[in-house]
Amino acid sequence: MSVFDGLKFRKVYSPIHNLDPRMKFIYVCAVFVAAIIFGELLPLIALFLMQIPFVLLAGVQREWLRSLRGAVFLAAIIFFTNFIFSFIGAGYVVLAANVEYAAAMTLRFVVLVESFSVFFLTTSPDHLGLALEQTRVPYEFSFAFTTAVRFVPVLAEEAQTIMDAQKARGLELEKGNFLKRIRNYVPVLIPLIVSAIRRSLELAEAMESRAWGATKKRTNLYALKLHRGDFALLAITIGVLVVSIYVRLYVHVPTLSQFL
Amino acid sequence: MAVIETKNLTYTYPGGTKPSISDVSIKVEKGEFVLITGPSGCGKTTLCRCFNGLIPHFYQGELKGEITVAEMDATKHPTYEMAKHVGLVFQNPENQLFALSIEKDVAFGLENLGFPREEMRKRVDWALNLTGIYDLRERSPYEVSGGQQQRVAIAAVLAMQPEIIVLDEPTSFLDPLSAEKIFEVIHELNKKLGITVVLVEHRLDLTAKYANHIIIMDEGKVCFDGETREVLSTEEARLIGVGIPKATLLYQMLKRDGMTLSNVTPLSSDEITTLLLEALKPDDRS
Amino acid sequence: MIEVEEVNFTYPNGVEALKNVSLVIKNGEFIAIMGQNGAGKTTLVKHFNGLLKPSKGTIRVDGVETTKTSVAALARTVGFVFQNPDHQLFSETVEEEIAFALKNFGFEEEAIQKRVTWALNLLGLTQYRKTSPFMLSGGERKRVALASVLAWDPQILILDEPTIGQDYQQKEKLRQFIVQMQTQRKTVVIVTHDVEFVAECNPRVVLMKEGKIVADGEGKEILTNLEALAQSSIVLPQIAQIFKQLTPLGLPKNIIDIYEAKDMLLRTWRKGENERF
Repeated sequence: MSVFDGLKFRKVYSPIHNLDPRMKFIYVCAVFVAAIIFGELLPLIALFLMQIPFVLLAGVQREWLRSLRGAVFLAAIIFFTNFIFSFIGAGYVVLAANVEYAAAMTLRFVVLVESFSVFFLTTSPDHLGLALEQTRVPYEFSFAFTTAVRFVPVLAEEAQTIMDAQKARGLELEKGNFLKRIRNYVPVLIPLIVSAIRRSLELAEAMESRAWGATKKRTNLYALKLHRGDFALLAITIGVLVVSIYVRLYVHVPTLSQFL
Repeated sequence: MAVIETKNLTYTYPGGTKPSISDVSIKVEKGEFVLITGPSGCGKTTLCRCFNGLIPHFYQGELKGEITVAEMDATKHPTYEMAKHVGLVFQNPENQLFALSIEKDVAFGLENLGFPREEMRKRVDWALNLTGIYDLRERSPYEVSGGQQQRVAIAAVLAMQPEIIVLDEPTSFLDPLSAEKIFEVIHELNKKLGITVVLVEHRLDLTAKYANHIIIMDEGKVCFDGETREVLSTEEARLIGVGIPKATLLYQMLKRDGMTLSNVTPLSSDEITTLLLEALKPDDRS
Repeated sequence: MIEVEEVNFTYPNGVEALKNVSLVIKNGEFIAIMGQNGAGKTTLVKHFNGLLKPSKGTIRVDGVETTKTSVAALARTVGFVFQNPDHQLFSETVEEEIAFALKNFGFEEEAIQKRVTWALNLLGLTQYRKTSPFMLSGGERKRVALASVLAWDPQILILDEPTIGQDYQQKEKLRQFIVQMQTQRKTVVIVTHDVEFVAECNPRVVLMKEGKIVADGEGKEILTNLEALAQSSIVLPQIAQIFKQLTPLGLPKNIIDIYEAKDMLLRTWRKGENERF
């Protein structure tokens, strides 16, 4: 099940992975805001290029490119929609400015999606769970998150086993028209759901037996501490925000098309 | 001093037509290693859940009779309080571990109880060392074997330093070699730390030799309750259908057919071998 | 008949699960495949009904190469009972559950009814015909899963870890069931690490370690072969453990059956007694 391979926690240690998830998240939000502030192509290109050092430092190029490929379809739709409407609006004439605008909108979408992608690619679920625990998110939610992530590979394997068991009874998942194929999945879904319910019951028993709910003030074995790198990232974040707001307010942003 | 005592304990699951356990009256002394066994459905799992309050608090249903565990009335204290004195290890290793790293799992109970970080660190390391899995502490539960997972579960319970550890068929999903290792760990905890152990098991071949007290249940009732050797040497125990250790069966068969053997019923292959070597070695007397 | 010829299998994640495995299982044989977790036992048997196809080498079931046919087609001959019955059960009644495979294989309604009745009878489940399988106990659910596979009467039966979580009586019933299957000349393959159970059945035993077969022979011989067992991390059966320590007395070490043990020991003791007088 290659889809779930990415969640099989390979402990990767890179400077980016070690950054505090909270700081990374704030940085991503800043990029998000900056991308919304600008509707022009040049600054958006700059924002896009800014992701690349992070990707390279973290060593997640391959996965990042793969997620880019995933975004291509939607990006293409955004480009063409914008282009068609501005094309019609300009009286069925192709204007360089309009092409640039469509490209900018597309790139804005890509930057928004890709900055979050970088965040998730460079933050392990453990780290994320820990960050959730340390912020004011109620413990129940971060527990639900980490437990869910922990069981993803288990459930994936179980789904495969169930499919094998039913195939061994003559179930042919590939045959039949669209409706028949959906119905074929019932013998796979029901055992999966029943098993998930049984599993939750057993987990609940184990939780209770280990003093779940004893106090409202839960402590934590680990603590997320901010290091130099985190403060550096914070500085970059503030820089991005300040520069974006300044440029937006006081600087005329050039367009590419005026150089044509 | 009885660390677990029940009087006429009877329990029916919600919506159940008949009780899963009836009139169970047992006493477990401090430091004992008790084996509870019986055919499937005899109520041993239900009984375990009474020891730490899961019954009646988690399962609701109807509980009658008295039960005192670690000098507390189990029906009047919430499970999270009982958890400090009675640890429960379940059958399926996978479904007891929730965290993304093993040491975080071992710390789970302590985190719930609000222990300060340094104390937690000490106890977690102590528990990991006792169960022999210190090197695995940063791995994810999914990455390790079933036997190792069960050791994590035991460490997680151990970290809370309970007086009693109850284990409900902990080796069901494990191969015999891993099962043996788990029983050795449990035996060590009982011997070295004086923790009272209540073990529910089918594999008497591997466990009878560790227990000084055995309880055999059938259809919700206690049929036999006493010293391991005494109980397992009776004909009635065999008829209930529990897996009497082969060494014990062989011993009984040989004695019945006239072989002179000492009167101490063996519970393991080592014990019967000693008896057989005695009986079969040619005399050295001149 | 199952013919495994120099089969290699590597999982998509790169793990080499089977390395040059060759094996022939004849019709009507009873064979136990044993080994540690990860030795490749389940991987091997999943090739018998085509769930997995070899990366190298061939597997033939009754002369047909598994790569040239579908899992559904192979399943007609090779019935596979998985370890956890809850991975199969999904129907509203036990009857529907047992009929599931029959419907998949295209049996006629009349034949389905007859076979369901037969399977229910065989496994003592007739009273549960209209019960929901989810309402039954663990042992009963295991029997429903078994019944649902037996219903189409496959020639070869594969049982993956059938003794897990079973108590002594249930294991006895399982053993008797396998004997019954053998009298019907079915091929029975069990994947297990339960030495005591295998010792009581004394089938052909194949030991695996790290994707290879390290031993193959009569149960009695393999289960008392200390070297082979140590290699595959299998423990000695209890009776064999006793006899291992009695070899200085000149007793044979390939005893795994309790009755044989008793007879041998009594004979030796009586001889000793006679010599003393």
